[in-house]
Amino acid sequence: MTFHAMHAGRKRRLAPYLFIMPWIVGFVSFTFGPLLFSAVMAFFEWPVIGSPRFIGFGNFLQMFTKDPQFWKSLGITLKFMLIFVPLNLIIALLLAILISRPVRGISVFRTIFYLPSVVSSVAIAIMWGWILHPEYGLLNYILSLVGISGPHWLSDPSWAIGAIVMASLWGLGTMMLIFYTAIKSIPKDIYEDAIIAGASPVRTFFSITLPLITPTLLFNLITSTIGAMQELSLVLLLTKGGPVKSTYFYGLYVYRNAFQFFKLGYAAANAWFMFIIILLLTLLIFKSSSIWVFYEHEVAGKQS
Amino acid sequence: MKNRKSAKITGGKLFVYIMLGIISLYFIIPFLWMLLTAFKTESEAFAFPPKLFPSEFRIRNFVDAWNSQPFFIYLRNSVIITFLTTLGQVLSSSAVAYGFARYNFKGKNILFLILLGTMMIPWDVIVIPLYMEFKMLKWINTLKPLIVPAFFGSAYYIFLLRQFLMGIPKDFEDAAYIDGANDWQTYSRIFLPMMKAPLILVCVLNIITVWNDYLGPLVFLNSRDKYTLPLGLAAFKGMHEMQVIPIMAITSLMIIPPIIVFAFAQKYIIEGVSGALKG
Repeated sequence: MTFHAMHAGRKRRLAPYLFIMPWIVGFVSFTFGPLLFSAVMAFFEWPVIGSPRFIGFGNFLQMFTKDPQFWKSLGITLKFMLIFVPLNLIIALLLAILISRPVRGISVFRTIFYLPSVVSSVAIAIMWGWILHPEYGLLNYILSLVGISGPHWLSDPSWAIGAIVMASLWGLGTMMLIFYTAIKSIPKDIYEDAIIAGASPVRTFFSITLPLITPTLLFNLITSTIGAMQELSLVLLLTKGGPVKSTYFYGLYVYRNAFQFFKLGYAAANAWFMFIIILLLTLLIFKSSSIWVFYEHEVAGKQS
Repeated sequence: MKNRKSAKITGGKLFVYIMLGIISLYFIIPFLWMLLTAFKTESEAFAFPPKLFPSEFRIRNFVDAWNSQPFFIYLRNSVIITFLTTLGQVLSSSAVAYGFARYNFKGKNILFLILLGTMMIPWDVIVIPLYMEFKMLKWINTLKPLIVPAFFGSAYYIFLLRQFLMGIPKDFEDAAYIDGANDWQTYSRIFLPMMKAPLILVCVLNIITVWNDYLGPLVFLNSRDKYTLPLGLAAFKGMHEMQVIPIMAITSLMIIPPIIVFAFAQKYIIEGVSGALKG
């Protein structure tokens, strides 16, 4: 009794606040403060030198009505997302299925598939830039062996996004590992029942594995979408937005507006618009998830 | 019947191996091609059709490339930032995680929700005002913007460590309390040693992330004596696009540390991914 009373006293003490204090201070100074500040900036014309000027919704009006690059960049990023996200999810899932097969030496392959995820985007851009080199690149040489004349990947407007997708997909290791863990955590006896019932591997996948990992699929879909909408490093390093602005991604558009053209207020408005788009997309995915995501207790309920 | 079944499994396994082999090419060839190029002569690198192997493995290429730019300074900066941020994350994230996991206090749930929410905020939104903030503090073109925030913890690491701490039974605090340990002693002498495995994971993730970071240094640094390896390498590539051999040599060297760290900690990474998911 007294022991519990002492515990209750402990709870009200200062200690927990002291433990989380570093994060609170960091949150206010490096996240929340800047977040608020950038919301304010979005309503100002904010040059690097000279004083800021309040312009109300001026930045947003400019964006929506007078800046064709805004729409183009938004379109390019959406296009990238629509190509990259499904490919990323499907390939990561297929690889996860492959590496969860109980065959000898599988961990070697798991390591190989994950390896690109531990190297810098600078290294990825350099390696792929060299592979995709139009004249001396390995890819076009291999294509030439089978009689295909490869495109000028990084300098042809119709192929540059494809090149960025190819290099981005190279880093799907983390997503693959997340799928892998989800697949591994499915109890074996569920599969045994299916094998006894004589279900084919494909059938087993679609009626057991896939429904059981839909929560993980939801998680990966959201992370992948958010990542794709913010893509910047590889574009900056591989194509610098070109050729003829065909890879002028939204992330690059914001970055250039801020740190090259020094239109800080305008860039803040750009960034906030993307933040809202990301929030809406996430919300949309969450809303849709009640239709296609199954949680274990529901599946169990259906079987009985 | 039994024989037929085992033969079928072998056939299936063969198919899996072939698939694995083909897919591996996509992941491994860019690495190999870079490494082989790094050893070649100029004329071999730009040969058509491409020569797979160099006539001689010229280790001198690496020395020449390393000496052609102040890469040692970039390396030093990268090491300083990586080391200090890792130290900062270990100290702060563990304490914050402990506060969230082992205490009940007013506002805990809402604060933790906010913590998780910060992981969704795009970098773009934060970086512009952050740049101005660091400019006011006169931190631009110093290593501070890349180091100091790490001493205030990072949401993802706090989350990982909290998940681990939540799984430890309450008995440990009770025992420590009876022994007369205060809150700090309970944390530092009992819980911190228990957090070894998840803290190694935090170190590994942080080392890989910070060592590889390109955008942070790009925004906050502007003179070459402050550059990190990725930034220095990107700048070098930007200036000397055609100097493929030194670029490949330096890239090969730069990716060694994260690969070594990963090799040692592979088990922790895979377990860490599953641990985070259960949360």
